[in-house]
Amino acid sequence: MTHSLSKSRFQLTRTPLLLLGLVLCTGILAVCLMVSVLLGAADIAPQTVWQALFQFDGSTEHLIIRTVRLPRAILAVFVGAALAVAGAITQGLTRNALAAPDILGINAGAALAMVLTIYFKTSNGNVWVAFGGAAISTLTVYWLGSMGRSGLTPLKLVIAGSALAYLLNSLMYGVLIFNQRTLDEIRFWLAGSLAGQDMASILPILPYIVAGLAGSLVLSRQLTLLSLGEDVAQGLGLRTAWVKVAAAAVVVLLAGSAVALTGPIGFVGLVVPHMVRFAVGVDYCWILPYAMISGGILLSIADLAARLVIRPQEIPVGIMTSLVGAPFFIYLARSRIKR
Amino acid sequence: MKLDIASPIALTTRKLSLAYDGNTIVQGLDLAIPQSRVTALVGPNGCGKSTLLRGLARLLRPTGGTVYLDSDAIAHLPTKELAKRLGILPQSPAAPEGLTVRELVAQGRYPHQNWLQQWSKEDELKVEDAIATTHLENFANRPLDTLSGGQRQRAWIAMALAQDTQTLLLDEPTTYLDLAHQIEVLDLLADLNRRQGKTIVMVLHDLNLACRYADHLIALKAGQVYAQGNPIEVMTEALVHQVFGLESKIIRDPVAGTPLCIPISRSVDSL
Repeated sequence: MTHSLSKSRFQLTRTPLLLLGLVLCTGILAVCLMVSVLLGAADIAPQTVWQALFQFDGSTEHLIIRTVRLPRAILAVFVGAALAVAGAITQGLTRNALAAPDILGINAGAALAMVLTIYFKTSNGNVWVAFGGAAISTLTVYWLGSMGRSGLTPLKLVIAGSALAYLLNSLMYGVLIFNQRTLDEIRFWLAGSLAGQDMASILPILPYIVAGLAGSLVLSRQLTLLSLGEDVAQGLGLRTAWVKVAAAAVVVLLAGSAVALTGPIGFVGLVVPHMVRFAVGVDYCWILPYAMISGGILLSIADLAARLVIRPQEIPVGIMTSLVGAPFFIYLARSRIKR
Repeated sequence: MKLDIASPIALTTRKLSLAYDGNTIVQGLDLAIPQSRVTALVGPNGCGKSTLLRGLARLLRPTGGTVYLDSDAIAHLPTKELAKRLGILPQSPAAPEGLTVRELVAQGRYPHQNWLQQWSKEDELKVEDAIATTHLENFANRPLDTLSGGQRQRAWIAMALAQDTQTLLLDEPTTYLDLAHQIEVLDLLADLNRRQGKTIVMVLHDLNLACRYADHLIALKAGQVYAQGNPIEVMTEALVHQVFGLESKIIRDPVAGTPLCIPISRSVDSL
């Protein structure tokens, strides 16, 4: 009975190993969070940072820590997690290695909706507007991608998504060209940026991200099943239509919140799930928690780089992630897409 | 049409109509599939075999009529309840890259689990059982994409076994397999039927293998049952001509004693 022995050893080692990895990654995330607060345009001693957090005295340095760096660090963690999980779900749902909310035009939909409302001054970028935009573009790309005889194929979906993203971005820039005021207000946001947000604007949106992340974990078992194909999943007793709608809603919630907070940051949603799958396999019960934490780590590091490369100036973090993500996308497109 | 079946009926259709994209494939079909037997669905391309199988498994909603499992209309069964009683393996299913055999087989336990009871000792046993039955012990921790076609198909069958259903439907379980692997898969299914009394319904392209492995043969033509029954009675030169439009000689399979269809082709002139 050697096989059953090796089997039990396998079962015994893998789960604790993955849990350990999760703890380790959380530790790395905590370090990233600390470094994000410690480093920035101004030189502030670690001791002062500590005091700013726990013995706040209202000095300029303390204000920088509390109103600039801390919100920004928290933002990176949550938005990174949201984008990575949205990407992981999208890839599972469409069984498409190239899918992600930015590639499929979902982020662009949310961004256009935000820009339009700012342009018409109806709101100052309400998160529900972003949800609406994300939802409409999700439905559109699904509809466009499933037109024609062969139904929804990976290639068609990516082409439909890219076309939609182009269209929505052009519309958005069209609006901005006609309106200098809107452009000035959101120029940095447009390229994807974590800068210039205070706690007051972050806090109302965080609950949506938390809800989306929690929702994704609830669906993780079902998403794993769905990755075997719709017929198999249905044959195993999964109500696939319900799961797909719920998962799409989670994607809209996460992508919409992320865009509302930081503008369209590209490639986190594409790259992180691949890294995570490479490390932990195909079970969404592990992919999703790992994606959350790794997304936070990746965006924190990208933001640190964005702040430090041309210090004291900074570049939008969306440009940093694109620098890393675009070559990866080309690699994936060349190696993974079939037909 | 008389059903010369001593055993009880597992699946029944009443006036079943099935359509794809608005095209009616099967219309008003009455069918009975015997319990604890191997039933093979044969017929030319596009005759509605796979469509019928999907309809029997509720993967396709009928445009008319009803499918009964035992005596329950499957349309009214809760999804998980149906999945505990009937399993389906679609044609050439695809697993995500990196999925191991054990991970795949474990998915078969889904209908037996719920929010409170995620993974039980029984789940564990059923998974190990399924892996042992399909002789995949040495491959259990290997990713599916590193296995041969026959091993991969056995892994999918193991998943369906872990599902632990009385009835198992398979859509062309031997597609893309070489002859040795086809026999290996069909022998496995025959064993499951004999040892565990499972009702097996499969779509097969190879008439001779269908005759050898099926207790009950159903020949479909244009969405209708053309003939059904014991392969020895059903498989005739007239049937092959009528259903497939092919001239043939039927002889006795020297190995199994079942009918063996030898096609006649124009290029052979030494008749």
